[in-house]
Amino acid sequence: MFPTAIVVLISLAYLGLLFAVARFAEQRAAAGRSIITPSLYALSLGVYCTSWTFYGSVGRATSGGLSFLTIYLGPTLMLLLTGVIVKMIRISKAQRITSIADFIGARYGKSYWLAGLATIVAVLGIVPYIALQLKAIAASLGILLADPAAGQGFWPTLAITASLAVFTIWFGTRHLDATERHEGMVAAIAFESIVKLLAFLAVGLFVTFGMFNGFGDVFSRAAALPGIERLLGLEAVKPVSWAALILLSGLAIVFLPRQFQVMVVENVDESHVRRAVWLFPLYLLLINLFVLPVALGGLVHFQGAAVNADTYVLRLPLSQGAEVLAMLVFLGGLSAATGMVIVETIALSTMVCNDLVMPGLLRSTWFSAQNRRDLSGVLLGIRRAAIGVILLLGFIYFQAAGEAHALVGIGLISFAAVAQFAPVVFGGMYWKLGTRPGAIAGLSGGFLVWLYTLLLPAFAKSGWIDPGFVQSGLFGFSWLKAQALFGLVGLDEISHCLWWSLLINAGLFAGVSLATRPDADEAAQAERFVDVFRLEARGGAPRLWRGQASPEALVALLERFLGAERAHGQLAGHAQARALSDWRRLPADAAFVQFAEAELAGAIGSASARVMVASVVEEEPLGLDEVLDILDEANQVRAHSRELELKQAELEAATGELRAANARLQELDRMKDDFVSTVTHELRTPLTSIRALSEMLYEDPKLPLADRARFLGIIVTETERLSRLINQILDMAKLESGRAEWTTSSIDVGTLVREAAASLEALFNEKGLCFSLSIAAGLPPVLADRDRLTQVLINLLSNAVKFVPQDGGHVWLSVVSVEDAVRVSVRDNGPGLTADECGVIFEKFRQGGDTMTAKPQGTGLGLPISRQIIEHFGGRLWVESSPGQGADFMFTVPIAAPDA
Amino acid sequence: MKRANLTRQRLVLLAMLGGLLFSFPIVGLVDGVVLGLPAGYLYLFGVWAALILMAARLSEGGR
Amino acid sequence: MAKKVLIVDDEPNIVISLEFLMKKEGFEVAVAGDGEAALAQVAAFQPDLILLDVMMPKKSGFEVCESLRADPAHAGLKIVILTAKGRETEVAKGLAIGADAYVTKPFSPKALAVQVKQLLEIA
Repeated sequence: MFPTAIVVLISLAYLGLLFAVARFAEQRAAAGRSIITPSLYALSLGVYCTSWTFYGSVGRATSGGLSFLTIYLGPTLMLLLTGVIVKMIRISKAQRITSIADFIGARYGKSYWLAGLATIVAVLGIVPYIALQLKAIAASLGILLADPAAGQGFWPTLAITASLAVFTIWFGTRHLDATERHEGMVAAIAFESIVKLLAFLAVGLFVTFGMFNGFGDVFSRAAALPGIERLLGLEAVKPVSWAALILLSGLAIVFLPRQFQVMVVENVDESHVRRAVWLFPLYLLLINLFVLPVALGGLVHFQGAAVNADTYVLRLPLSQGAEVLAMLVFLGGLSAATGMVIVETIALSTMVCNDLVMPGLLRSTWFSAQNRRDLSGVLLGIRRAAIGVILLLGFIYFQAAGEAHALVGIGLISFAAVAQFAPVVFGGMYWKLGTRPGAIAGLSGGFLVWLYTLLLPAFAKSGWIDPGFVQSGLFGFSWLKAQALFGLVGLDEISHCLWWSLLINAGLFAGVSLATRPDADEAAQAERFVDVFRLEARGGAPRLWRGQASPEALVALLERFLGAERAHGQLAGHAQARALSDWRRLPADAAFVQFAEAELAGAIGSASARVMVASVVEEEPLGLDEVLDILDEANQVRAHSRELELKQAELEAATGELRAANARLQELDRMKDDFVSTVTHELRTPLTSIRALSEMLYEDPKLPLADRARFLGIIVTETERLSRLINQILDMAKLESGRAEWTTSSIDVGTLVREAAASLEALFNEKGLCFSLSIAAGLPPVLADRDRLTQVLINLLSNAVKFVPQDGGHVWLSVVSVEDAVRVSVRDNGPGLTADECGVIFEKFRQGGDTMTAKPQGTGLGLPISRQIIEHFGGRLWVESSPGQGADFMFTVPIAAPDA
Repeated sequence: MKRANLTRQRLVLLAMLGGLLFSFPIVGLVDGVVLGLPAGYLYLFGVWAALILMAARLSEGGR
Repeated sequence: MAKKVLIVDDEPNIVISLEFLMKKEGFEVAVAGDGEAALAQVAAFQPDLILLDVMMPKKSGFEVCESLRADPAHAGLKIVILTAKGRETEVAKGLAIGADAYVTKPFSPKALAVQVKQLLEIA
């Protein structure tokens, strides 16, 4: 239908577009303006949906109905456990983890053996899965070209494989440091996620609304097919298989090497997970929305014809002559397959390089001979070769398997393989007692069970090996039947494998861990993994290193593996972080050694990095007890520092209080000083007149009589003023120190006010002012000292008299009852007070009328004393006034309680 | 940190709820045809969409 | 011709005593009750010496002293600050702003008369 050249051209153009996207992202990243947004991160997780989803879901739906959805429900639930995912990311960043195998190896004391084992599990589990993608590309190509041979031929598929290898090498091995993210690759993957989603939605809409009249029509027409109820309902689903698939896919979303790569290694910012939590499940929902309608549509459309349901997605549009749509579908499938192949191969090649090849290389004689050479190029070469080899293995597997069961059912078999990482990873993240022997035992146990119950039976079904061990058990022991181990029957093969492999895996891991003791490295790493948040919160892991190192040797090591340019850049960054201007001045201390080891780990994996660093520094090995001591010490130090912090906070609080108290004292001291100075001034003023006049009288006996009389008169008034002043000062001092004597009795304020007013009548008349008195009827009695209250009244009244104008002066005195007090008001029509004055007028020696030419007569103590008295009664004395409006001095005295 | 922890715990609870709603026996109870569509299809996608909505609100809301 | 003395104080009784003392010593006397009046009197009365209280309404003695010293027209005017505040810092301040003498209250009339005469160079 399509000329081969066009299809090849379009495919190449599409790959070219991916290149452009990746290149753009890399340029932006290099310019420091990363395009990796939270949404892009979430879309990159869509690499989960391979051609197995794109073409295979429809096929699964035609045989298993809705159960295909379990593969997407598991990841939805798993992503909700963000705490686990964020912790994994945090650990990986702190440890410069490069892959899932590295993660496992690093946790258990940076173990070669464990990382290598995990790599083998991953490669064996995943290579067939890669083969499946190659097959999908080839098959879809065959359908599109209407030439099945084109899709199955040796050379075309080899060409596809080779171009994928070139593509992957370009994407994945431009930089050495695997912990440095491949932003170009992530951007391209996210782009592919969009393409495959759009393509699938397009074909879904085409089938549902183009070929049929909407969902209802698809379902109702499908309902007429024989045996269809099984696909539409959930009754036929086996509960155990259903749950097992949800669990399996939930584990796969984390442990598939490509998922670990995009979710953890490529993560730019932890906060992106917040978006992925819902956006990625939404992506999965959308891409699955039309699976069932397309499957049913295919069943209805191709009724009776022998058409592989896996090809419905492509064949349905083609059957309607919708060639453009078919091309889009082909590109969608190509996206799904290439995305998976690129990321998976990059992840696997990193593992193979760091965890299988490097350990061997570092011990070889060749390596020793290359002692001084820059090895970063060699590392890149190994990775590239690994990519080629893995793809070649995939190709070989595909060629060998063809349509065999070992290929068709491989998706879930791969899932079950990587699920074996669950106990050692989760255990390693949350349980400090897990040990390396435990992890090796658990992982290899689970792996062997997987091999025996799932992979080998698949080979047997393909006719590659003798199926005897499946049918009648190994050596004829029926309890060793591969898919009914220990007589467990009634489960599907996946549930069966999952049950036994995880049981044995977790059991061995826990059991052997508890039976063995961790060595120093393991204990230290356990601490760093399990307590990653706590350690970071207090500024990094304890420095578990002791020995002697030369900076030159460490720098040379970094130069060898990272290349000189990169090494120097990283060193400069480290020096800057330690506030050193030049990395050549870095001291060869524990921090430097650990930095160097982390940098190396980013390039060659943690296990190899450990060995390399150990080879150039003279380490004094720390014993387990020592490490535990240090960790314990760190805990104690932590506790201590917390205690210290508390103490310090207490001290600071106490210091603050003391400082405040001191400030108060100083203020009081200053006030006392001012008071003394003011009192002195007030006392000296009358004394000055008295002394001057009496001395003149004494010196000059011939003074005229009139002057004598005048002077003596002044002396008498000034003496009176002096004694009044002294009395008031003493009174004030008594009130303030609380040594005043009070004779409290029940008092009728009305009577008291009348008496006080009467005693001042002479003064009123003298000044010729108008005095108004108003006393409310039925005032309740108050509890107060009669003389003191009178003192206050007289003080306020004489104040008012002092300030009213010479002509037309008016003073109002009123008494009313308010709530639970009696309120007395003394109002005048004097000059009034400004708002500022209203406040300061109650301070000692502050006299009103500063603006007047003549100084009013008074001591400046009347109001402060009055306020002290009123407050002693539990009342309040205040003034309301504004300039020109007169002043209204008011006070309240609380009503006596009935029982008092 | 506190806030993040609370959100994480709520999400874990949501995962447990989802696990329950996606498992037997609850899934097995859904039967028949609703609005011309298979009830199981509607149920699974409906619960799924609701979970996604709640996860979005929990994870990105309130910040 | 009699020397002229201006008395500035807001305490009437102190003014009475100073006025009597100065007149008795043969000076021509004028009186002001506050700082502003003092400045006005200096202009109108052209005194040779001013007895200046510090704590007064409107303008303090220090302020009056400062503004007088800022005006070259009054360069020959003698200023005696007279105050009830006897703290050393205040004495220093008074002398620093250009007072010729600083007398604390209460004062001896005889001694004050002697000091005034000395300042006016009447031996």
